[in-house]
Amino acid sequence: MNSFKKNLLKKRYNAERRFQWYGKIAIGLALSFLAVFLFQIFSKGYSAFQKTWIVTEVHYDKELLLIDAESPSKDDLENADYYDVAYKAMTSLDPGLPEEEDRQLIQMVSYKYEAEVKDLLLKNPDYLGKIVPIKLTASDDVDQVHKGNYPRDIPEENRRVNDYQLQIYDMLNERGDILSEFNISFFTSPDSREAELAGIASSFMGTVFSILVCLAFSFPVAVLAAIYLEEFAPKNKFTDFIEVNINNLAAVPSIVFGLLGLGVLLAVFNLPRSTPLVGGITLSLMTLPTIIIAARASLKAVPPSIREAALAMGASNMQTTMHHTVPLSMPGTLSGTIIGLAQALGETAPLILIGMVAFVNTIPGTPVDPAASLPVQIYIWSESAERGFVEKVSACIMVLLAFLILMNLAAQIVRHKFEKKWS
Amino acid sequence: MNLILVTFIILLAFTSYYFGRKKALVIQSSQRLTALPKFYGYYLAAWCAAPALIIFALWSVFEPSIVKTFILQDYTDQNLTKNELQLIYTKVKALAAGTYTGNITNFLDESANKYIQLKGIANSAKVAIILAILIFSLSFAYRSVQKNDRMREPVEIFLKWVLFVASLGAVLVTIGIVFSLLFEAIRFFQAVKIFDFIFGTHWYPAKTFVRDGQPDPELMKDAFGAVPLFAGTFFIAFIAMCVAIPIGLLSGIYLSEYAGRGVRKYAKPIIEILAGIPTVVYGFFAALTVGPFVKEIGNAMGLEVSAESALAAGAVMGVMIIPFISSLSDDVMTAVPQNLRDGSYAMGATKSETVKKVIFPAALPGIVGSILLAVSRAIGETMIVVMASGLAANLTMNPLESTSTITAQIVVILIGDQQFGDPKTQSAFALGISLFIVTLFLNVIALSVVKKYREKYE
Repeated sequence: MNSFKKNLLKKRYNAERRFQWYGKIAIGLALSFLAVFLFQIFSKGYSAFQKTWIVTEVHYDKELLLIDAESPSKDDLENADYYDVAYKAMTSLDPGLPEEEDRQLIQMVSYKYEAEVKDLLLKNPDYLGKIVPIKLTASDDVDQVHKGNYPRDIPEENRRVNDYQLQIYDMLNERGDILSEFNISFFTSPDSREAELAGIASSFMGTVFSILVCLAFSFPVAVLAAIYLEEFAPKNKFTDFIEVNINNLAAVPSIVFGLLGLGVLLAVFNLPRSTPLVGGITLSLMTLPTIIIAARASLKAVPPSIREAALAMGASNMQTTMHHTVPLSMPGTLSGTIIGLAQALGETAPLILIGMVAFVNTIPGTPVDPAASLPVQIYIWSESAERGFVEKVSACIMVLLAFLILMNLAAQIVRHKFEKKWS
Repeated sequence: MNLILVTFIILLAFTSYYFGRKKALVIQSSQRLTALPKFYGYYLAAWCAAPALIIFALWSVFEPSIVKTFILQDYTDQNLTKNELQLIYTKVKALAAGTYTGNITNFLDESANKYIQLKGIANSAKVAIILAILIFSLSFAYRSVQKNDRMREPVEIFLKWVLFVASLGAVLVTIGIVFSLLFEAIRFFQAVKIFDFIFGTHWYPAKTFVRDGQPDPELMKDAFGAVPLFAGTFFIAFIAMCVAIPIGLLSGIYLSEYAGRGVRKYAKPIIEILAGIPTVVYGFFAALTVGPFVKEIGNAMGLEVSAESALAAGAVMGVMIIPFISSLSDDVMTAVPQNLRDGSYAMGATKSETVKKVIFPAALPGIVGSILLAVSRAIGETMIVVMASGLAANLTMNPLESTSTITAQIVVILIGDQQFGDPKTQSAFALGISLFIVTLFLNVIALSVVKKYREKYE
């Protein structure tokens, strides 16, 4: 072999190695995007599962509460005036503070602190007249300082927490009067304008209702359509047209379905705006083609011998299909349905168009109550300026991703556990 | 009222199922049955529910417009426009429902009374007709049961029709999309010339305040030029493809040609996770992390970068699209027959030469199809752009500035309360239909290319 050929071969082998490396780098890049992405979300979001409390002492003074009765009833406690008691509980943290500056202290707890003072007494009526310790929800600024998400070294005028509040915070922290506990209220309370009080309960229920409505509408229609197309449809132009239609529908941008929901469901049928009912129907139109395609694929996978055996035993076409083919195809259909629903779960744009972006601070009890959904909640919170909402968004994303992972796992389990292997 | 009626029909259908089955068992004692007893039940139930429900649905669809015609008959001599008539009808309905707050004229009061009366007549007529149909169809069906006619065939034919109607569902959705978009878009194009919409270079719908119930035509002309949006859409999609095509294609090639079984088994689903993450999550990521990051790098290089740059949105969108290209191109390259590879190796080609000169050209149609699908996906993507790439429609080719897209504008226009009949709202539907046409076009081409390719090798 002469040197020219040797060189050429070497070049070609180098090119081969380079090409392999390109592929490896591409896969590495894709995987590292995913890793960076998940890391960002988790590192920002995990702190939202902790809630910061400020511990202080409250004196349930009967005179300040304006309670006259000797042994007050539940109603008396319910109607008492808690303003002064709550106010004193906060200002007692720094008795030396002049009265006109007291807002600085009050601002360190959430604006619902009066209600929290009231709730504690209603739960323990025997606290009346006593001085007891109480946990108050810290304001979201103090919360962020405690979690270390808030820079303390920038000039005071650019900070939402001023020097005095930081000083009080440090004092409380040293005394151990700042508590961090698992944030149950994030899961149990509805949305709020205040980051420290906002929770995902309303949007979570909205998502659950939308998905149920979506399932109720899309699953029966899709399965019946798939059975017709796969088992009964004659081969003609019209069947082809339906098929092309379904394939195209699967690739129509989701926002177009939102326009459909707005233009038809809201404007023509006058269904109630901002409700999971309309959201669910809109999403069901979107998942319809996905489920049809999955159901057809799994019907196709049932071997012809099953059908032939049933027909040979004298079953009609309909009986063969309904008694044998369809039940055998169900695992595949169901896992396709779950995957379609998981896609619908993450949709935001169509729901925004039908008004599920409205601020809802009650937990919906039925599909016709106004609600948001988890992805829309992410959008709403991410548009808010408060720093406390950033971690809330990340936490909400974590909940949504957990939901999606669960659904995909369910799809896998259904497929592997119940699907028959032919061959 | 309607709910009670439907519940009644459905309950009656269930009852008639049991009744029919029982009847079959009675018949069985004297003569041979023509089908299993349950088919007698199905037969009765189908005859009970289907005609009544169909009539009910038709009635509910046509009743409002018939009542409307009757009411507005009284107003024909007043030479009113269509919009004014619509307004009157809304008032009449509100008055009848007791929610009207404006001042009540005699004429209006009369119409409202007539409306209530008509509704009452319509309701009782509906109940009467549906009861009559129920009695008629049930007695007809019951006679066949008594005569012991063949029972299985009609039931199966009926079921087949149900299946057929369900398969029309997808067609109905398409028709619904086209009509709802067209209906509003046509009204929009009555107010704005289609030429101004397609070729105008200035998009600023907030400018169209309505004066004296009529929008100012001069302002309208200048406010709805969609060129910046079309340009922005394709520009951001282009940036996304610049990220997605190289990474996706190379990953696809590596997965199909080089990766061992183990790598392929785990790497492919992990990459596909990228496509399963909701887009709003990418939007948040782009707005909060990538946008500021791009800005910082740009500023460090002395460039002026907007915090909401097209680059950030496009790049994140590209990452989202990677799996579409990698998985599809992996699939099409795996489908290339082994003998093409073997032939190439036998000629002494290395693996990469085989990929570049044999497999890639053979798989090209499939790959082009997958890229077209990815482009259509990028064009239709909404949340990333809404959250990360500004909402002002700048006509720019600078990736560091903010631009807007068709989808983002639709969201901006329709978020919050919409007023139908306002050109601004209608413009969203006009944008929607252009989006629908573009993506449909891409999808049809992509699907037919992929289909042809499949036929070639399968």
